[in-house]
Amino acid sequence: MTAVFLETPKRLVDVEIDGRTVRVPEGATLLEACRSAGIDTPTLCYLENLTPVNVCRVCVVEVEGSRTLVPSCSRAAETGMKVHTDSERVRTSRKMVLEFLSSSADLSLASADVQRWIAEYGADPSRYGDPEPPHAAGARDATRPGEHEAATDGAEAATVHQPVKYDNDSYVRDYSRCILCYKCVEACGEDAQNTFAIALAGRGFDARISTEFDVTLPDSACVYCGNCIGVCPTDALMPASEYHMRQEGTWDESQQTVTSTVCPYCGVGCNVDLHVQDNTIVKVTSPLESEVTHGHLCVKGRFGYEFVQNRPDEQ
Amino acid sequence: MFGAGGGTSSYREAEEADLLVLWGSNAREAHPIFFHHVLKGLKNGARMYAVDPRRTSSAQWADTWLGIHVGSDICLANAIGNEIINAGLVNEEFIKRATENFEAYRTAVAPYTLERAERETGVPRDVIRQLAHDYARADRAQICWTLGITEHHNAADNVLALINLSLLTGHVGRYGSGLVPLRGQNNVQGGGDMGAIPNKLTGFQDVETDMAARARFEAAYDMKLPPKKGLHLSQMFEAMEEGELTTAYIIGENPMRSEADTARTRKNLENLEHLVVQDIFLTDTAKAADVVLPGTAAWCEAEGTVTNSERRVQRTRKALEPPGQARDDIEIIAELAKRLGTDWAGADGKQPSAEDLWNELRTLSPMHTGMSYAALEEKGGIQWPCPEDGHPGTLFLHARLWETDPAKRGNPAPFVPVEQEDPLDELSPEFPLRLTTGRRLESYNTGAQTGGYTTPLRHKETINLSPEDATRLGVLEDEVVRIASRRGEVTAPVHIDRVMREGLAFMTLHFPEEVETNILTLDTWDPKSGTSEFKATAIQVSKIETVS
Amino acid sequence: MDLKLSAEQKATAAEKAAVDKVIGPSETGWDGGERQARDAHVAFGGHAARSRRHLLIGVLHAIQEAAGWISPGALDYACERLTVPPAEAYGVASFYALFRTAPSPGAVVHVCDDIACQVNGAEDLCERMKRRFGDAGTEAAFDGSGVTWQRSPCLGQCDRGSAALIQRAGGQPARVQIAPADPEKIWSYLTDPQSQGTPAEPTIRSEEEGADGPGPAPRLLTRVGAVDPESLGSYRAAGGYQMLRRAAGLGRHGTLREVKEAKLLGRGGAAFPTHIKWDAVASNPVRPHYVVCNADESEPGTFKDRVLMERDPYALVEALTIMGYACGAEQGYIYIRGEYPLAESRLAHAIETARAQGFLGGDVMGEGFAFDIEIRRGAGAYIAGEETALINSLEGRRAEPRNKPPFPAQNGLFGKPTAVNNVETLLSLLEILRIGGPAYEATGTENSSGSRLWCLSGCVSSPGLYEYEFGATLREVIDGAGGVRDGRSLQAVLLGGAAGAFVGPDSLDLPLTFEDARAAGATLGSGVVLVLDDTVDLASLLRRITQFFRDESCGQCVPCRVGTVRQEELFARVASGTPFSAERDLFADIASVTRDASICGLGQTAVSAVDSAVKLGLIPGASS
Repeated sequence: MTAVFLETPKRLVDVEIDGRTVRVPEGATLLEACRSAGIDTPTLCYLENLTPVNVCRVCVVEVEGSRTLVPSCSRAAETGMKVHTDSERVRTSRKMVLEFLSSSADLSLASADVQRWIAEYGADPSRYGDPEPPHAAGARDATRPGEHEAATDGAEAATVHQPVKYDNDSYVRDYSRCILCYKCVEACGEDAQNTFAIALAGRGFDARISTEFDVTLPDSACVYCGNCIGVCPTDALMPASEYHMRQEGTWDESQQTVTSTVCPYCGVGCNVDLHVQDNTIVKVTSPLESEVTHGHLCVKGRFGYEFVQNRPDEQ
Repeated sequence: MFGAGGGTSSYREAEEADLLVLWGSNAREAHPIFFHHVLKGLKNGARMYAVDPRRTSSAQWADTWLGIHVGSDICLANAIGNEIINAGLVNEEFIKRATENFEAYRTAVAPYTLERAERETGVPRDVIRQLAHDYARADRAQICWTLGITEHHNAADNVLALINLSLLTGHVGRYGSGLVPLRGQNNVQGGGDMGAIPNKLTGFQDVETDMAARARFEAAYDMKLPPKKGLHLSQMFEAMEEGELTTAYIIGENPMRSEADTARTRKNLENLEHLVVQDIFLTDTAKAADVVLPGTAAWCEAEGTVTNSERRVQRTRKALEPPGQARDDIEIIAELAKRLGTDWAGADGKQPSAEDLWNELRTLSPMHTGMSYAALEEKGGIQWPCPEDGHPGTLFLHARLWETDPAKRGNPAPFVPVEQEDPLDELSPEFPLRLTTGRRLESYNTGAQTGGYTTPLRHKETINLSPEDATRLGVLEDEVVRIASRRGEVTAPVHIDRVMREGLAFMTLHFPEEVETNILTLDTWDPKSGTSEFKATAIQVSKIETVS
Repeated sequence: MDLKLSAEQKATAAEKAAVDKVIGPSETGWDGGERQARDAHVAFGGHAARSRRHLLIGVLHAIQEAAGWISPGALDYACERLTVPPAEAYGVASFYALFRTAPSPGAVVHVCDDIACQVNGAEDLCERMKRRFGDAGTEAAFDGSGVTWQRSPCLGQCDRGSAALIQRAGGQPARVQIAPADPEKIWSYLTDPQSQGTPAEPTIRSEEEGADGPGPAPRLLTRVGAVDPESLGSYRAAGGYQMLRRAAGLGRHGTLREVKEAKLLGRGGAAFPTHIKWDAVASNPVRPHYVVCNADESEPGTFKDRVLMERDPYALVEALTIMGYACGAEQGYIYIRGEYPLAESRLAHAIETARAQGFLGGDVMGEGFAFDIEIRRGAGAYIAGEETALINSLEGRRAEPRNKPPFPAQNGLFGKPTAVNNVETLLSLLEILRIGGPAYEATGTENSSGSRLWCLSGCVSSPGLYEYEFGATLREVIDGAGGVRDGRSLQAVLLGGAAGAFVGPDSLDLPLTFEDARAAGATLGSGVVLVLDDTVDLASLLRRITQFFRDESCGQCVPCRVGTVRQEELFARVASGTPFSAERDLFADIASVTRDASICGLGQTAVSAVDSAVKLGLIPGASS
């Protein structure tokens, strides 16, 4: 016997996407098929290192024979599938998802891709009227499932706007930006950290990411690994250091370099990407494709870098 | 293990194992991202046993926690081995083909009955029996350990006891099965790989016995190598005490804080004729030095490589300009060499780069030969051995043991019988509590690095006691108590912790500014590995009477 | 699992006792009990401890009933006992409307103001509640612990004219439905729980056997009112458990064949062929299999399953047992909505007595197969009626639907093959076995076999539950209930509930079959026939529907979470005078994305009723 480890060989399947045949390994998703064919497909709740939750529905495509549109991020490609990514139905749904989100949450810090999709699909948040005034601190956390104040005249659009939650030195949680993509919950939970400090609470439009009884992060199970920050697509979750720089107007990504190295702490050898501005580390992330980390770090790896720029005994 | 000083398995194998035994490892806090792989394994259905005196956050994930008495690991391991043998669960074919010395092992473990193990470890016999059977029966089983195994006066024996179990069951050399020592620092493995151990040259080539390797190095360096192996850390301190070692050049280490028995360490370092410290901090050790050379933070201010606990060599890169007068460590060493009469500068007058040195190393260390910087870059790190260009690296070690062809199988792996030895710092009526030490998630070793950042997780150093001991001593949460060992005493506030059992106390080494825990610890070290017994100190805890 | 439990106030003795009563006392110091000597050296956590999550909702019910709310300390204790992280448990507790996560008065009255009750004066009832108990959400003095009232979605008492559900902490019983409801009856119940008496018999009607056809015909309601629902003997005397014996005689495959030949379509709303689900589960090599009865009847206007469970509980137990047998499952669950306390207690009694007499257990009826049933109580969530949301709820999670595929037959409860069917569907199984699959198929119409229960409510003379073979027209069904009451003229009928569609008076000759409804762009849904005469304010009814979907959306997917809000806002604008024509394009877009891109049927149908109203010209300025 030779104890060599072999992966089971994968079959290939052919799907037709927008009239072109695309060949992918069995088990590949339609999103992977689209991307391999170079078709730009918007995603918000999808990330390579997390289990697809297919909740944002911005990646939907039309599969012939299916009554509704299907989320490409989680539907496996099957031989013979005929897929349309640019039909009227697809375009409308994508536009509306982007419009719903941009009319109810602040997407101003979402990626350039998101801004581009909003423009390309013609999402127009102004169609719903002016946004309602921000909720008082804690108001959304106190809502009860199945009850809401009925819209009076519908002149203002309901939003999730509310004050920033800043209850510790490591993170800032700005839930006005939250699109409820579930990524932070996945990263804090089963997909990586398994700390489960946060979860979905409440229901419907009042659903929110919350600790138990909305206790502060220091009172919660949070271990400040920052893996939630690492996966947040809208910067609703942000390191306090970045938040401060943004408040001061000194955060400037065009002046930042990103250098890949290895965490200085324990022997696991986590890959870290150091984001440096003015010879100062301003943020630490980890590459999603790292076999060691899959993009996730612990509190030391993500926040424990200060010692190189804050040497207690420096002259 | 069987010739190569590294863990056998890859992290990803933990995700696909059937059984994981975490032995003396609180990976949840000390190796959090390795624990992510463990958690994936659990999600995929793996069962987990945790062997630890405390029911740590790691142990709380285990299907079964075995709360052994500190330092009774060999008794437990031998009893497990004995039970596997008695129950007829040994992997006979593997033992026959790939191991030697089994009979001696069988004889040695025979006295370690389940009854004896229950008496000496505290763990009920049915639980030990279950672990033995589950481990032997699993298709893929790993034993992972950390300092709970190695910070004992008989550390090497502890490790051997675990290796014996893997040989008994054939849980080595196959995908998903293996022996996984988790390294405490980001380049402990790399330090060993590079030959920063007294008896090995780079690539684990023996200084005294591997003549071919010696010849290769001597040819490359154009000089004779010293014929004898050197001293390990604990021996060095003994040599200082004896006056045989009078000069030390310490790079990136703070023994004044990290060594057991601080008072003795301080005396030894202060008595040196000449002490040079190269560090990025003005550490306590540096403060005692005659010369301080400000170095660079290797992970972000210089180029190089490190090796992790799955033998993966990865590139570190310069992201920051070092501050002030700090200089690249390679440059410092090269300058020092120049002053000592050897100029390593090339034709262009430049000192060698990290990559130049690495390429030289690749010609001398066969296990690194295929790892060019370009290949490391492309593959995101490579696991040794990687003997030639284009080699993909090695997922797990010792596959040879399963070869049917004896020639390919090579030398058999020996059973090395070991006997239980209790911790040297004995409990007594005067020192009735067993202090063990460990790590916390947010902090690291002596806190030199983690002291630089703040986190809401951080809380002050405490002595953690069981509710039972706290009640007996009449002490309350946060009450400052006196803690004394046979070597010294400190004070610290109490934290009453339900993961502790009666008779057990816990402290960390993270906050020497607050509590110099190592004043208490014993510096008795393991003659085979040179590690001190940080994990087992006899102490007394007493109330501080307030003057009214 | 390394839980962090940090509530400052620990659980009270009463809260702990309530939890322990559900899951037994803790055994070690590691799961909330006293430290034992053995705890110093061994603890069991891991998979076994983490596999108790599915008990969470039952435990939360116990805490709610003991204390009137789920306090942080009680939640921590539940988490410690079940190895569930507190944030996750809070996420569950805060999802369901019958749980309160803030201190609450000891009694909470849920007053139905949903569509059927609204037609019958729910606003007036709410006004009277306000005068008696103060504004909704405020606390009125009562019995030291206070009482509050709030509006509620449909309570499944639509034939009664008005309904309320009283939830009471520490009281016995903890929940009761009052219908018809008025403030004085509620008050007298609160002060004297015995004052209520037994609930009135519902109006039911089902033709005599053979009355309208040559062959045998299914009759779902024959035992309702004829057997004592609390007597197994009475049920057996009426022919009970003969069908289980017959199924065992036919064998698994024979039973599946009867279902297939009967061409039974699910009665819960989606009209999916029952045998396809069952065959897929029965033939799945993965074990174990589960069968689940979906008794989370929450579609506004629907009350049929409640009546069946209250009046004929043994029939459901027998039918689920046969389903379990056919699908190769040894464990069945009945997931019943928390608003149905009487049905739940009758089912519990039926299960207990059936088990005692060998109709459930290790060797059912001596036929050599094992099967047992557990009741799981919902906690106030319409979405839990969606089968994958229901499965999540059974697992102790938020009732968020799963994306499909995979379907429950492949990956259902606890990841195992699972078949889920509605109560009426299961009772139809008994009728299939009674008359035989082919005979069943011969009844009704070509594509709609068998009979169907219709929930008549609103402006009809005799609201109630009516059974007709498929093919009866809408006019026949309404006339069967005495026609539009007070001789008024019909404005519209809402068919199929809030997720259904309006039809106008010109559709009265529509045969009520799956195929005819589909062709007419309508749906039979859960059998709701809500009759609306010319006095009904349709605009406010539509607004109530939009509010319902906004309230009941689980919040998981964007199209439904935000779309239901935007739909409600849009109709609020229309109600405030914006001409619908100005909103037409926006409504079309909202309808398109919710219908096309929502995860589940709730979102996909959240615009259906409103859309049909638009198309029928029932909205001013919307005639098309």
